[in-house]
Amino acid sequence: MSAWLAQHHAALASAFRRLLATPLTTFLSLLVIGIALTLPAAGYALLDNLRELGRNASGVQQISLFLSLDASKKEVADIESRLRSAAAGKWKFVPREDALKRLQKSEGMAEIVASLPRNPLPDAFIVEPANTEPEALEIMRKEIAGWPKVAHVQLDSAWVKRFDAFLKLGKLALWMLAGIFAAGLILVTFNTIRLQVMAQAMEIEVARMIGATDAFIRRPFYYFGALQGGLGGLLAALLVGAGLHLLAAPVADLAALYGGSFSLRRPGLLETGVLTAAGALLGWLGAQLSVSLSLRKFD
Amino acid sequence: MIVASDLSKRYPGGFEALKGIDFRIAAGQLVFITGHSGAGKTTLVKLIASIERPTSGSLIVNGQNLSALRRSALPYLRRNFGMVFQDQKLLFDRSVLDNVLLPLQIIGLPRRESIRRAQAALDKVGLLQREKARPIALSGGEQQRLAIARAVVNRPTVLIADEPTGNLDSESATEILEIFAAFHQVGVTVVIATHDQSWVARYCPNVLHLDHGRLP
Repeated sequence: MSAWLAQHHAALASAFRRLLATPLTTFLSLLVIGIALTLPAAGYALLDNLRELGRNASGVQQISLFLSLDASKKEVADIESRLRSAAAGKWKFVPREDALKRLQKSEGMAEIVASLPRNPLPDAFIVEPANTEPEALEIMRKEIAGWPKVAHVQLDSAWVKRFDAFLKLGKLALWMLAGIFAAGLILVTFNTIRLQVMAQAMEIEVARMIGATDAFIRRPFYYFGALQGGLGGLLAALLVGAGLHLLAAPVADLAALYGGSFSLRRPGLLETGVLTAAGALLGWLGAQLSVSLSLRKFD
Repeated sequence: MIVASDLSKRYPGGFEALKGIDFRIAAGQLVFITGHSGAGKTTLVKLIASIERPTSGSLIVNGQNLSALRRSALPYLRRNFGMVFQDQKLLFDRSVLDNVLLPLQIIGLPRRESIRRAQAALDKVGLLQREKARPIALSGGEQQRLAIARAVVNRPTVLIADEPTGNLDSESATEILEIFAAFHQVGVTVVIATHDQSWVARYCPNVLHLDHGRLP
């Protein structure tokens, strides 16, 4: 056990030494890997923020519930209790008189309203559903439409659906992009390790002849690949974080101009960890492929 | 104990380096493998050290038949041998001490213990003062002694050398052979391949004289 640990420790140390021995090459490799991972990571951050924006955009995910003109106070109370038992989220009752008053205040409407023989507006509920998933919204709309004295249920679902479809498409494109760059990372590692195996042919040959196992010879390369990939992933997380940091102020200004407040979500500890781990895994995979192919000639 | 019977080695391309040889080397013996250039000395050394495998016949080293051994078992068998290569195969990108540490890293010995043993091995060949130097800074004789230190640091039961005095002046060569003789005296089996017959009279070893891949 202690021999096993000692060997892993030595392999890790040797991988570190190899990284440090050629600082320029290491720096360039890390940059290539970092940039390759930055693109999908930045795409993810963008989608993540868009989703957040969609969730925050007020008015989008409201259900407007218009009662028929002849609905009595008792029937209004009945609708309210139904909303309560359906755990629909928050809602606001808008009496028809209030609606008319609000309409009167709108520019140019006062005269028209005054000329009406009677109030044409119905009582209404504005519901802000707790669950804003498009499917759930649709189900709720159908349910409400079936209640008595409900004349019309309006859900701006087309907008929500389009936005959702756009996010789905973005997600798919992102996965494809990530796949391509993952392959790129594997290839970069593959090539770096191949060059290393060539440079250390003598050491590998000697080690084999004096009793090194395959695992002993491969281990430092695996650690090297994982280390390089992991550091590349970390670099990508830092680049995305820095980019979002630079964008934060202009985005806040823009949001303020639209009368809202929106702050960009930056990659947290979890996202950074995932990116680093993904880089390490891909680097390890590239090293595995490279070592398997490169070491054949030593047999 | 090394026992060969009807041992042959044919290389890809058809060259037959060894043609059905038989011999027996008892534990603790000093053995010279002699013969002209191309007689098969290096091939025989590589077979004994399990670096190459026989084409036919059997070679039993430390009770294990090399021809029948699984590939994955070879590294562990090789650790029984200390090997001094014809071209030394020193690693020039690291210090003298680190060269000697390699076999101990391979067996996973803790670093502190490794350094202690490597320094002891360097002391035995008279290179302890040069432990921080690079092999390139050493003379030919010193490089050969470094190769010996690396071969013995693992405390092998069999020490195998291929032309260890090949490129050395006679003074350095004598030094090298004295070191091998010292290991022989403490019970290590020593097998040395050399084309130089002049040492035979001096050390009275058992001799395997190869002639075109055969033992007469």
